[in-house]
Amino acid sequence: MTESNYDEIMTLLCDRLSSLTNSNVQITSETNLISQLSIDSIKLLNLIMEIEDTFDVSIPINALTDIQTVRELADLVHKIKSAS
Amino acid sequence: MNLLEKLDAAAAARKALLPDGVGAFGIPIEEVYSATEARIGDRRVLLLGTNNYLGLTFAPECIRAAHEAIDKEGTGTTGSRMANGSYFGHRALEREFADFYQCSSSIVFTTGYQANLGTISGLVGPGDTVLIDGDSHASIYDGCILSGADIIRFKHNDMADMEKRLRRLGDRVETTLIIAEGIYSMLGDQAPLAEIVKLKNTYGGTLLLDEAHSLGVLGETGQGLVEKTGLLQEVDFITGTFSKSLCSIGGYCVSNHPQLEQLRYVSHPYIFTASPSPATIASTRAALELLRKGSHLRKQLWRNCTQLYAQLKEAGYTLGPDPGPVIAAMLDTPQQALLLWQNLLEHNIYVNLILPPAAPEGKSLVRCSVNAAHTTEQIQYVGDTFAKLHSLVCE
Ligand SMILES: Cc1ncc(COP(=O)(O)O)c(C=O)c1O
Repeated sequence: MTESNYDEIMTLLCDRLSSLTNSNVQITSETNLISQLSIDSIKLLNLIMEIEDTFDVSIPINALTDIQTVRELADLVHKIKSAS
Repeated sequence: MNLLEKLDAAAAARKALLPDGVGAFGIPIEEVYSATEARIGDRRVLLLGTNNYLGLTFAPECIRAAHEAIDKEGTGTTGSRMANGSYFGHRALEREFADFYQCSSSIVFTTGYQANLGTISGLVGPGDTVLIDGDSHASIYDGCILSGADIIRFKHNDMADMEKRLRRLGDRVETTLIIAEGIYSMLGDQAPLAEIVKLKNTYGGTLLLDEAHSLGVLGETGQGLVEKTGLLQEVDFITGTFSKSLCSIGGYCVSNHPQLEQLRYVSHPYIFTASPSPATIASTRAALELLRKGSHLRKQLWRNCTQLYAQLKEAGYTLGPDPGPVIAAMLDTPQQALLLWQNLLEHNIYVNLILPPAAPEGKSLVRCSVNAAHTTEQIQYVGDTFAKLHSLVCE
């Protein structure tokens, strides 16, 4: 897994999040998924499923409990992808 | 927000769904008349929301056995299976479950909830993986959380999704526990066990099947989905409960892997709780005997299931894909479900109300559980009442 993959993950996340939330919040790596974007759990799970298919990984649901920001989510996907 | 304020916020959200005075959850049952009737308030109601699938709650054999056990052994064991709580009956029931499933090992737990907690957390730990159906019962989720293993879900009964996730596991599949249920408690549909076994045999992994709702219901002798599909030998561990078709409380795990015995020494939900009371064990043993020879009960149960499923379908309700003892009408909004539930109660019919997030896919459910003791007339009345209420609720 290379840096470009990490960037790819980050770009996809930001794109999908901005279309999901329709809000004016500028999405950056430090945006908080819950407090700033108020994404509900169903939307978040759908997004996770899309990411799983795009990067061909499974993200354990218990790993998600620690995720607050876009960067943390990207780091998690990157870590799982690198290990696979 | 402090701890108590958080509870207040949750209570407010609940009250927004369920106005004060609507006791849909934890409804007080004042008197129980039989396997099919009870008193709620001043109404004599038909019970269509119990898990009493074979209708054995008042079986004289079970009541007699429980009385005798209380007289001989007292009201409780006052101790863990690990210490002073393994009486003759507990061990005999384990032998009887092993014999029933033609398995070498069997463990009795204090509840079915603990059977899942204890088995799952005994089999997997941190660094291992559980691959579970997305619609799994809370006891399976809680067992997985207790274990510390990575929890990966596949979409409910979606074998393409399951295969994708098995493939992604690569070598980790060796330490992966796959979990499915014989009959799912929300919509009453069955796991595609043959396909699950095929995938397990292709990719690897260990398979646990929870037969909580299928014990006594599926298969010639009532073993569950393993018997209906002829796949008993392909499933590594089977868990189940005494609280449904066996009409008491408790749970079990059976397996042909001798390693199951080791769970007695490592599994907290087995060790750190008192064992089932002597009366519970005695009535369960009697009920298991009735269940094994109960093909006439299963026949009656299935006649009732097929009749009610057909009537509700005919009336225009959206139901789960398989007819069975759990028949759930799926409604788009909690308000519709509540309206139907209240009106059924006004017609003296008690069913279960299930609101999001407990119901799958954001739906709300009005769920009936059919049993072998329901008469054709009772089922007909329930079906007719549902039909009468359809336009009120759905249009
Ligand atoms: C699928 C499933 N597994 C386990 C349980 C737990 O059983 P018990 O009532 O014995 O704790 C239930 C009960 O609701 C269930 O539906």
